[in-house]
Amino acid sequence: MPDNPWEPQIVAFFCNWCTYTAADLAGVSRLQYAPNVRTIRLMCSGRVDPQFVLDALAKGADGVLIGGCHPGDCHYAEGNYKTLRRLRMLRRLLAQLGIEPERVRLEWIAASEGDKLRQVVNDMVRQIRQLGPLRLPERFQSWNRELAHQPASPSTQTATPEQEKVHA
Amino acid sequence: MNPRPTPSPEPRIGFYVCHCGSNIADSVDCAEVARYVAGLPGVVIARDYKYMCSDPGQELIQHDIREHGLNRVVVASCSPLLHEATFRKAVSKAGLNPFLFQMVNIREHVSWVHKDRQAATAKARALARAAVERVRYHRPLQPVRVPIRAEALVIGGGIAGIHAALTLAEAGKRVILVERQPSIGGHMAQLDKTFPTLDCAACILTPKMSAVRAHPNITLWTYSEVIRVEGYVGNFTVTVRRKPRYVNETLCVGCKACVEACVFKDGRFPDEFNAGLSRRKPIYLPFPQATPQVVLIDPDRCLNLKTGKCKKTCVEACDRNAIVFDQQPEIHEVQVGTVIVATGFKLFDPARIPQYGYGRYPNVFTTLEVERLVNSSGPTGGEIRLRDGRTPRSVGFILCVGSRDHHTNPWCSRTCCMHSMKLALLIREHLDAEVTIFYMDIRAPGKGYEEFYDRCLREGIQFVRGRVAEVTDWAMTPEEEGKLVVRVEDTLAGFVRRIPLDMVVLAVGKEPQPDAQELRRLLNLSCSAEGWFLERHPKLAPVSTFTDGIFLAGCCQGPKDIPDTVAQAGAAAAEALALMDRGHIEQEPNTAYVDADHCSGCKSCLPLCPYSAIQFDENRGKANINEALCKGCGTCVAACPSGSIHQNLFDDEQVFAEIEGVLSHA
Repeated sequence: MPDNPWEPQIVAFFCNWCTYTAADLAGVSRLQYAPNVRTIRLMCSGRVDPQFVLDALAKGADGVLIGGCHPGDCHYAEGNYKTLRRLRMLRRLLAQLGIEPERVRLEWIAASEGDKLRQVVNDMVRQIRQLGPLRLPERFQSWNRELAHQPASPSTQTATPEQEKVHA
Repeated sequence: MNPRPTPSPEPRIGFYVCHCGSNIADSVDCAEVARYVAGLPGVVIARDYKYMCSDPGQELIQHDIREHGLNRVVVASCSPLLHEATFRKAVSKAGLNPFLFQMVNIREHVSWVHKDRQAATAKARALARAAVERVRYHRPLQPVRVPIRAEALVIGGGIAGIHAALTLAEAGKRVILVERQPSIGGHMAQLDKTFPTLDCAACILTPKMSAVRAHPNITLWTYSEVIRVEGYVGNFTVTVRRKPRYVNETLCVGCKACVEACVFKDGRFPDEFNAGLSRRKPIYLPFPQATPQVVLIDPDRCLNLKTGKCKKTCVEACDRNAIVFDQQPEIHEVQVGTVIVATGFKLFDPARIPQYGYGRYPNVFTTLEVERLVNSSGPTGGEIRLRDGRTPRSVGFILCVGSRDHHTNPWCSRTCCMHSMKLALLIREHLDAEVTIFYMDIRAPGKGYEEFYDRCLREGIQFVRGRVAEVTDWAMTPEEEGKLVVRVEDTLAGFVRRIPLDMVVLAVGKEPQPDAQELRRLLNLSCSAEGWFLERHPKLAPVSTFTDGIFLAGCCQGPKDIPDTVAQAGAAAAEALALMDRGHIEQEPNTAYVDADHCSGCKSCLPLCPYSAIQFDENRGKANINEALCKGCGTCVAACPSGSIHQNLFDDEQVFAEIEGVLSHA
């Protein structure tokens, strides 16, 4: 997607059984929604490693959408609960990193809820548009430049400060 | 993010973008996507083609694999849930491991949902790039083989369950048929005649019911419910609760001497089988052809069970000592390989539409009640009478009660038009009454159905097109006195009419069973927004579900008539048979495994696994995943703090590559 004018870029992680199927249903029903979401299919929302979310943001996503089965409906019994727990922790971390927690959204969308998928995507695109671009890659570059001017900084060898925080 | 190992051998990727006729090509510039991907590192060939899933499309891939020595293939077309298997098979025919393939969904997720060609093409490019980045990290895998038990469970003993059970049993498979009512037969047992041939429902159904009872391969558990299902395809452990009927099923012969002898001299309680139009005793046989022919005692009505104070004349009357007042529920556990769900539907409760007067005016009936009235073994012996015993001279049918109505249910229940026309014809046969049908559209889409409609028109049944506004007993003219008046806008005549009638029949629609959601959770199925069980694909896999080894038959999947139900039940049985006869199923090798060298033995993963597939090796201090138990959700992979659990097909490096791919400025 070209840089100007800025368009929100959202990476979505959808579970195979509910939300990915809901997105298929939205397609079959020809529901129109904003083209800003790029979907990555996982078997379960429980597979969403918080690092996936951080990596997506670090590589230029303005928001991350995670879609799983409704509580009690998980194809693998309880993977969605694990995601919920992880996301709560991740939100706190995001706030500490100065990233608005609303940029990461978790939604329960069942296989039959094609229309909910459309609404969630449109709503999230609208919300991210309001928040504006995140531009983490650019910010990392400028921070790296700043750090490079300071003599004998130990952290300049690694690619991004973000990574250090993540692995700390 | 993490330093990634260089994939080896050097990837030689073939990329194919499908036009899907115009389905994709209308919104996505396919040639442009191919051009873009051709420039990505490792891509040897990138093509666009009209129909990738067609034979020539698949041959194109196979030709390129041989000609260009491709070792990775990416196809951008429809949803992987649709054609992933097709393309995997295609690449493996050309000698490539089927898991060195990745699919990009640019139809359901792009062209069908985005009309802006530029944005859609950009999105398709990004998704294609993600797949190309990801496929480099694919490794050859072998599908997991799971053995399948040759026993099947059928839930629901209506015509769908009966037909499926018999088909499986005839093929030599052991079947457990579980029905929650005291007898099998379902709704069809209550019908008098069936459209469009007007052959009697009992004549078709009862031989099949007896065959179920008699079949050596079928275990019939009536008055029973499935309460727990564990395990997975090939090896389900099912727990069934058998409710006490207070009668020993093996001793009772259905002579009904006990029913005669009951202290209640007459039936007092609404008879469920006759839709409440007759009364039964606390001890009863559900209906004359009930299968099994075993009486049961209603614990809410029986004096002895309720109060303990009764002469127990039934016990004296039974010379086989079959009555057991202290019978307890039984819990059974069975192992089956496949499950067929045939739990049927529930009829719409017309009291929800108060303006039609059901429950308020005694002479407003439902189609099921009239069905019992015209039946010669019904409460009136086949005489159509009003509730006060008079014979109606004029009868009106209101169609689409609880169907095609956004206040209640938006769907068409599919059988009410035909069902009502059949009853109208039977009423014309039984008595000399005027019959009027109030309809929105007559839906007669079946073999011989339109001809049946023609016959109704010829036989003098009146058809009034219009949705009925209300049924009232408020007379405005002397001839309306003492009658029900149907107020309707006749949309063909173009004015509002008041039509006085003796009897009004509401053609009630079908709804999902009230506890369908509970069963859905038990079996891990999906439901449509309306609450019908969701098939895997309406055309490619119409009786399969998203849970392998579980199949759907009959109205639990959506409203349908008897021919369609039986056809679907046969299809479900055939699918289950195909699985069981093969003896094993090949499952997605998306299991997780532990890299023991890096496992720190922290045990974080152990409580996360819903299948207890992770064991801890105390000697080595390492976790270990049992591949046979792993279902491939990846929850443990995401949780492992040292990153030493990997998931085949969804490994970290593959997902990171995909993230990078979707975000690169394509």
